[in-house]
Amino acid sequence: MESLSNRKKVIEQKPLTLMERLYLPAIVKGMAITFMHMFKKKPTVFYPEQQREFSENWRGMHSLKRDEEGRERCTACGLCALSCPAEAITMIAGERQKGEENLYREEKYAAVYEINMLRCIFCGLCEEACPKEAIYLDGPIVPSDYLRKDFIYGKEKLVEEPFKK
Amino acid sequence: MEAAFVIEKFILITVIFTVSLLVAMYSTYAERKVASFLQDRVGPNRAGPFGILQPLADGIKMFTKEEIIPTHANKFLFIAGPSLAILTACIGTAVIPWGSNIEIAGRTIPLQVADVNVGVLYIFGVVSLGVYGIMIGGWASNNKYSLMGAIRAASQNISYEIAMGLSIIALLMSTGSLSLKVIAEQQSGFWAHGWFTWNAFQQPLGFLIFLICAFAETNRSPFDLPECETELVGGYHTEYSSMKLGFYLFAEYINMFVSSAVMATLYFGAYNFPFMHHLGLSANMISILGVVFMMLKIFFFIFFFMWVRWTIPRFRYDQLMNLGWKVLIPLSIANIVLTGIWITVKDIYFK
Repeated sequence: MESLSNRKKVIEQKPLTLMERLYLPAIVKGMAITFMHMFKKKPTVFYPEQQREFSENWRGMHSLKRDEEGRERCTACGLCALSCPAEAITMIAGERQKGEENLYREEKYAAVYEINMLRCIFCGLCEEACPKEAIYLDGPIVPSDYLRKDFIYGKEKLVEEPFKK
Repeated sequence: MEAAFVIEKFILITVIFTVSLLVAMYSTYAERKVASFLQDRVGPNRAGPFGILQPLADGIKMFTKEEIIPTHANKFLFIAGPSLAILTACIGTAVIPWGSNIEIAGRTIPLQVADVNVGVLYIFGVVSLGVYGIMIGGWASNNKYSLMGAIRAASQNISYEIAMGLSIIALLMSTGSLSLKVIAEQQSGFWAHGWFTWNAFQQPLGFLIFLICAFAETNRSPFDLPECETELVGGYHTEYSSMKLGFYLFAEYINMFVSSAVMATLYFGAYNFPFMHHLGLSANMISILGVVFMMLKIFFFIFFFMWVRWTIPRFRYDQLMNLGWKVLIPLSIANIVLTGIWITVKDIYFK
């Protein structure tokens, strides 16, 4: 039957020639190739000493931001927790008292703010949901640990350091 | 037997034993380094500078692992297996000439533990005993994978020993001696009577067959079917843990060292090196340099073993048997015939 599409290829299976059946030339060729690889540049990054640069849109550990005056931006609206597909974020809101205006930007703030790093899938939806630009996934890789409870990060780990002037 | 003789042999044995264990230890490190270099990686580099303490760390790890003896295993044979494997691997070094004689205070000391006049046969005996360690260990484990590995090892060793022996016979026809010392002395220098003195150049086909068989005898890739991970879990050492597993792995590296030494002695001029008689060195100096060259040749062969391992994929079992019985044995018989013809022709026309 003639092929209509004209793309049919008949594969010819020739018997091996004597040189091919000897195998040795092929083995020598293969060994030359592996030997050349000894002198190639190694792409290894020596991790703890050397760190590869993150890309622009890298999403790492979360940080809770402060404004220009060093006040926490988060107002505990809960939109991040609501948007989180992995249910990793929980928080308890607190009311700002008199005299705490230098600590919290809005009248309401997150008294407790916890992210479970084992649940988090680093999708960045919390970042997108936040109306106060208070949370960003701009940190490094979340470090490993031994216990599950140590992966629940509270405010002491998440809130960024106050600006030093 | 005088005291000096005993002391001299004792020191020699101790040194050779230590060196062969050390070489085997660092072969594990070299294997990992060579593997990684051939694969564009860096290899172990954390334990000490460039990772040179890695074998030590591996050893400590092996010793501190839990030792498991399966309930239905034959306890005595289970322990005898790895012991036998490492024992037979170690005694092979006894007849290898590491260098020519050294003269100290008027005393000639040969750098060889025992100059047995059937040294080649001794090596063969020891190598064929080596398979018993694997066989016993595999059988005593009472595990079908172990048994399969052991059976493969046994049949593979038997098949390749024939070709190996036949390739040696061709070599013996041209050397006329079974003593490794005599064979080493015959390859003195590098060039004599218009041809290379080393046996590899006089028996190229024999050397090739011997080399392939050496790979099969040491159970190295591409003939590492006894410990073929993809089919047999771990092969004959599936049930082994702790230092007994370490002994099996260690025995493989010592075997590699010994067969490299045998190859260097039989085919690559042993402790002889080019221009050894033209540099005007003293006899002792030549001996010491000879030992260095012997070690270099051995290291080259060990590197070659590793290089091949990380280049050629494993044979299928029927291919292995095909190669052994249908290719290598006829080839080595042809090699004997060719050698015989050549010796006759040389005797008649090139006297």
